[in-house]
Amino acid sequence: MKAYFGRRYLVSASHRLHTPALTAQQNRAVYGKCNNAHGHGHNYVVEVLVGGAVDRETGIVVDLVALDRTVGECILDRFDHANLNLDPLFADRVPTTENFCKAIFDLLCDALPGGELELVRVEETENNFFECSARG
Amino acid sequence: MVFLTRRAAFSASHYYWNEAWPAEKNQQVFGRCANRNGHGHNYTLEVTVAGEPDPVTGFVVDLKWLKDVMEREVLSAYDHRHLNLEAPEFKNAIPTTENIAIAAWKRLESAINAGGCAGAGGAKLSRIRVYETPEIFAEYRGEA
Repeated sequence: MKAYFGRRYLVSASHRLHTPALTAQQNRAVYGKCNNAHGHGHNYVVEVLVGGAVDRETGIVVDLVALDRTVGECILDRFDHANLNLDPLFADRVPTTENFCKAIFDLLCDALPGGELELVRVEETENNFFECSARG
Repeated sequence: MVFLTRRAAFSASHYYWNEAWPAEKNQQVFGRCANRNGHGHNYTLEVTVAGEPDPVTGFVVDLKWLKDVMEREVLSAYDHRHLNLEAPEFKNAIPTTENIAIAAWKRLESAINAGGCAGAGGAKLSRIRVYETPEIFAEYRGEA
């Protein structure tokens, strides 16, 4: 039977929303206070949902310890307590939480220790979140 | 189509153990969860049903009715119980969070899908989520 296993992780990081494609004035108009020159930060919650057959012997979809190790190496070590703008992934795109969510989905997609990545949700604050799913 | 979700909490104990394996393998695979004295969690059960709002009441399903169904079918069997020892479905299945989600679906499916809720009709069970902790959960959508 197919089921899904979900795990939530905390990533504290800073970012600044700014694009060289727009003038300073336009950036300010589009991004508002998120365009503040010195950046700001969030406690992002990254929710990872892994789908797969429930193993008959163990009753699990994916090993929690192995999943934690993968997410730790691919995501937490890279982004926790970091400035997202300085990561090479965001050299040519704005680290909006939309783009951050897509980046996490792409980094984890082929790295999981079992199952298939069904959904990544990134909660930027308690009041807004973004999702990328395997369904496109 | 509208999706409606109701949450409920239950507290239960369990342990992970495959009787077909030697003790060493159980301890190696399941770690602390294999302690035969068991341990417990405050679980959160989320039940999502899907349907169209009733043209008269505006309900997909009456929340009080759904609460009573969840209480009767799941919580009365799981809350303040030892899942391995007291829930028959875990006599031969390990009460992992995944298996609890599947078992809760089986307990609720016929009661919800048969209707029986006055002033609403046609809502079907869509998704079960079981949170073992606020950071760990499993989900079942009725897939084979």
